[in-house]
Amino acid sequence: MKLITAVVKPHRLDEIKEALQAFGVQGLTVTEASGYGRQRGHTEVYRGAEYTVDLVPKIRIEVLVEDEDAEQLIDVVVKAARTGKIGDGKVWSVPVETAVRVRTGERGPDAL
Amino acid sequence: MPPGITTLAADTPTLSAANTGFMLICSALVMLMTPALAFFYGGMVRVKSTLNMLMMSFISLGIVTILWVLYGFSIAFGTDSGSVVGWSSDYVGLSGIGITQLWDGYTIPVYVFAAFQLMFAIITPALISGALADRVKFTAWALFIALWVTVVYFPVAHWVWGTGGWLFEMGVIDFAGGTAVHINAGAAALGVILVIGKRVGFKKDPMRPHSLPLVMLGAGLLWFGWFGFNAGSWLGNDDGVGAVMFLNTQVATAAAMLAWLAYEKIRHGAFTTLGAASGAVAGLVAITPAGGSCSPLGAIAIGAVAGLLCAMAVGLKYRFGYDDSLDVIGVHLVGGVAGSLLVGFFATGGVQSEAKGLFYGGGLEQLGKQAIGVFAVLAYSLVVSALLAFLIDKVMGMRVSEDDEVLGIDQVEHAETAYDFSGAGGGAGSRKAVPAGTETGAAAHQRNKKVDA
Repeated sequence: MKLITAVVKPHRLDEIKEALQAFGVQGLTVTEASGYGRQRGHTEVYRGAEYTVDLVPKIRIEVLVEDEDAEQLIDVVVKAARTGKIGDGKVWSVPVETAVRVRTGERGPDAL
Repeated sequence: MPPGITTLAADTPTLSAANTGFMLICSALVMLMTPALAFFYGGMVRVKSTLNMLMMSFISLGIVTILWVLYGFSIAFGTDSGSVVGWSSDYVGLSGIGITQLWDGYTIPVYVFAAFQLMFAIITPALISGALADRVKFTAWALFIALWVTVVYFPVAHWVWGTGGWLFEMGVIDFAGGTAVHINAGAAALGVILVIGKRVGFKKDPMRPHSLPLVMLGAGLLWFGWFGFNAGSWLGNDDGVGAVMFLNTQVATAAAMLAWLAYEKIRHGAFTTLGAASGAVAGLVAITPAGGSCSPLGAIAIGAVAGLLCAMAVGLKYRFGYDDSLDVIGVHLVGGVAGSLLVGFFATGGVQSEAKGLFYGGGLEQLGKQAIGVFAVLAYSLVVSALLAFLIDKVMGMRVSEDDEVLGIDQVEHAETAYDFSGAGGGAGSRKAVPAGTETGAAAHQRNKKVDA
């Protein structure tokens, strides 16, 4: 199994969700995140005091998949997340040892 | 209470139901300004000290009310001694006042006047709190309020508005509190922060307002309440002066907001909500002493000058390194000084009194009086407030520990959190509401008494 993690622009969430559903993914986890890459942040002004805000809002999407689906799924996510502008984010995968469905106790790919 | 004016309608005033009703409503409007100020300030701090900021204003409603009844009204508005303080045993505990007894020279009961003036006494120390964000022990703050109103606000209110008070008798014009409220609070803020010092991370860490909608809400409610503060200060409507004040309040506030926004757009490239809210408050502050003596065009000028000056003044703290956290000095002291001095230029001589300003052929006389009023209140409040802060700091410490300040004063001083957005802390689902009266309801109630978040 692989864990696919995508840190992307928040407004792309719906497109990514739809693309994953079309691909047949059964579930995913979304968390609000903040960070920066080469995009860096932006400047805000409060009563004349200028603040450089480095950390910009992102969402982190996590999906567990079987090994053979991983590469294709990464492509799906990347395609749905892309706007072509700086700050689109990153997608990566890591191997996962095991997974358990809490309700039934099923293990491994059956738990997905 | 504008100087130089005693009677409005008849030679022997009788109780006016209209004026009394109007003044009770105005008193309620001014009361609303203190919670409004709490929101205005509360939105400007970081999340971790929101509740403390709200409470620093709110507690004033409790403390000052009690002191006002016990002796505050007597010191501020009792029989004058030495032009410096008042005292009347009838006013102690507000116990020797007849229910139909009229405030001398006016058509409203003493009780109404006392209630109206109480609301001013409440908001003035609350104004100071904005400079002290994130770092002052709550008990020390409560003690400071009690001492400060006793030795600063009550006497200064007497100087400015009490019959026999020295600034009052000199003819200093302060319609609704430019000196007694705003310069007084602003100078006190400066005095205290010179003693207690800066927040941890001042000028290094970003300290962005956590909720600008809350700031806008507070500014809007302040603006609304300020009509009671300003128009009500004439204590009745038997002539047109209160109405002029009402209109000028609106006009100057609008002008100041626009001036602040224009400055900001040119200087920093954006029209900010914080700028709009701050500009409006700067205008309200500046018109407070002046609106009963100037024309609507004068009010535009006063508002615009104040908006511009305050927009520039809020940057000074970074240059000089004093941590006026939410710009009490930049807005209230600077705005109050501007408004009080501009009376000396823009008084038409045709509204609240016959005193004319420089632009209306009155020469420098009124300006000189205004300058004395400004300087006297500023100097007294600055020195005495710094002294009080120094004493409290020696006795019990004014500041929370550095660790507690960094962790957040809300948790340490109030044992609460302003916002709970996370499911993990019980914000969603983990503690379900169960109807009372059922068995599970009773059990849930028991369990909920102790929250093990």
